Amino acid sequence: MSARDRILARLRGAPAGEAVPLPDVAAWYAGKPTIEPAARIERFRANMEASHAEVHDTDAASWPALLTRIAAAKGVGRLLVGGGAEAGVLADRGACAEHGIQLVRYDRPAAEWREDFFDGIDAALTPARSAIADTGSLILWPGADAPRLMSLVPAIHFVLLDAARIHATLYEAMTAERWGDGMPTNALVISGPSKTADIQQTLAYGAHGPRELVILLLGGAQS
Amino acid sequence: MSQPVEFHPSFAERSKAAVNDPHLRKSFRGAMDFLQAKRRAQFPDAGELGALRDLGSAIRRHALANLPDLLERLEAKLTANGVKVHWAETPAEANAIVLDIARRHEAKRMVKGKSMVSEECGLNHAMEAAGIEALETDMGEYIVQLAGEGPSHIIMPAIHKTKQQIAELFAQKLPGVKYTENVDELIRIGRQVLRKKFAAADIGLSGVNFAVAETGTLFLVENEGNGRMCTTVPKVHVAITGIEKVVARLEHVTVLNTLLPRSATGQPVETYQNFISGPRKPNELDGPDEVHLILLDNGRTQAYADLQLRATLQCIRCGACMNHCPVYARIGGHAYGTVYPGPIGAIISPHLLGLESTYPLAFASTLCGACAEVCPVRIPIVDLLVRLRTEAQARPDAAHLRGSGSARTGTVSAIWRIWSAIYSRLGLYRLTTWFMSRGRALSPIEQGAWTRSRTPLVPAPRRLRDLLRERQR
Repeated sequence: MSARDRILARLRGAPAGEAVPLPDVAAWYAGKPTIEPAARIERFRANMEASHAEVHDTDAASWPALLTRIAAAKGVGRLLVGGGAEAGVLADRGACAEHGIQLVRYDRPAAEWREDFFDGIDAALTPARSAIADTGSLILWPGADAPRLMSLVPAIHFVLLDAARIHATLYEAMTAERWGDGMPTNALVISGPSKTADIQQTLAYGAHGPRELVILLLGGAQS
Repeated sequence: MSQPVEFHPSFAERSKAAVNDPHLRKSFRGAMDFLQAKRRAQFPDAGELGALRDLGSAIRRHALANLPDLLERLEAKLTANGVKVHWAETPAEANAIVLDIARRHEAKRMVKGKSMVSEECGLNHAMEAAGIEALETDMGEYIVQLAGEGPSHIIMPAIHKTKQQIAELFAQKLPGVKYTENVDELIRIGRQVLRKKFAAADIGLSGVNFAVAETGTLFLVENEGNGRMCTTVPKVHVAITGIEKVVARLEHVTVLNTLLPRSATGQPVETYQNFISGPRKPNELDGPDEVHLILLDNGRTQAYADLQLRATLQCIRCGACMNHCPVYARIGGHAYGTVYPGPIGAIISPHLLGLESTYPLAFASTLCGACAEVCPVRIPIVDLLVRLRTEAQARPDAAHLRGSGSARTGTVSAIWRIWSAIYSRLGLYRLTTWFMSRGRALSPIEQGAWTRSRTPLVPAPRRLRDLLRERQR
């Protein structure tokens, strides 16, 4: 018998105890006051700012100019982009070159350029799939177009978020987006820049991940 | 590198040393007051907290009631997702599985995200014995590893250290680092050192906060990003966890994770919630080529076999019980001598290690109940402590656990045998009490632990039956 079979046999051999019905999580959330759509943007913004992230209002036309202005002010020399539509828009506008920012495409496996990636990239831009108002969180669904390490390795992480995609809670996001039907390799919920309080409970940012999280909120100002 | 805590003869000796260390007392007291206040601020509505704890408890009890089925479903789902699932009955088996994976990849360098189960296995020692560097990358874990110690708290491993001690440690152990008490600077130094290690590592090891059977997903939370580094950068990711960490549904994670960070550190949410459901797909540019999950028993099935003690396995490892424990706040984590300290350590360690070496922990409690009151999944910790005390004294014919009856001594057993012989025979009882009240002057002044801070126990000059007889006359 294998370790697996012995462990399962011991568990199955244990007394049954009383049956516990499947907890009704839907009923729990239904019984709580939800955050109305109109209030979600402000709640999201307040929570994100409390977690030390920056939230900037912008729109589909002007975000590339805003991004490059902020990036240049932060001293970004090389900005990493993925293979999504946002990378194309940014490249087409030419705003980066104007500020002396070099766009770097994440177009080959990380293992092939690890040293340059870890030491030579100042910032990255990724889209967010959606967001959560309740906790002030971004939902990232990394894939071939926006790999996992983009939101982790560079010191500054820029995120494009459509304000219409802010859910009230993680539960609402999970059910509305039907996560149960199929999860990606790595889904991420990010609630601020990397931080630690491991030295005498003193908060410090940029422990291992980005020191700064900058959110470009599309359509956030219209509400 | 992460040594077992310094050896003292007994728990009593270790705790005595700890309470006499003013720096340690100050570190822990300060940290516990801070964490208690932060948790309180997160739960302003007692009614809502109560209902949320009910739901959290129901989710964990549901998972345990269906544990073997859920583990099989988890295994099937993970396997379908491309994750290799391993089972280990003992820490030695778990270490052997990790070593085997490391050998296949000719791995020399391992980076580790925070994992208490790997501490439980002494994994770092096993790796180093085989010539593999096992580096802790959580800032707190990195600090205690650098100091050659073990964690003193399950969430905040370096809570016993002041920033001055950490500044000295860095200046001493890291080449080219000058003494600085600036916390931002200390963290920046750690970041620089560990970044190079992430980039060069062959294997990443992590724990698991919850494993979701429905989707075959490993859920991990953290603030620093080192866990994400360990699970994304190296070409192999090995996750290790106890068999009890499974939950049925994805939505169960959302409820448990509204309780976990608020109970643990008083923060509304962690920086990173990481849902891992498989290795890198062919078109993806990063992530590990292989993902492994090791499911460890190590005595958990013993707790599971007993319907009362099964509640021990509801634990979600938030550490709120230790943050609110008056004993833990005074002696700190190392005095316990076990990987898991505090109230949760006292109730889980007997299953992992046997009662022989761990029964004193069940007695190291005032039974004040603060731990059970804050437990987010309503583990009846006080009842379990009392049960373990009983088990420690159990007669051989009533032993349920490994090491039951370890606290029994010949003298105490003999005393209770004599006591029960006297109290069950009326004539003998009357005779004995007559002699005791008349011979009270012979009572010893020194009565062991009792008289250390109390006056000696002396029988009354007149027995109750004598007093009653006089009144009736």
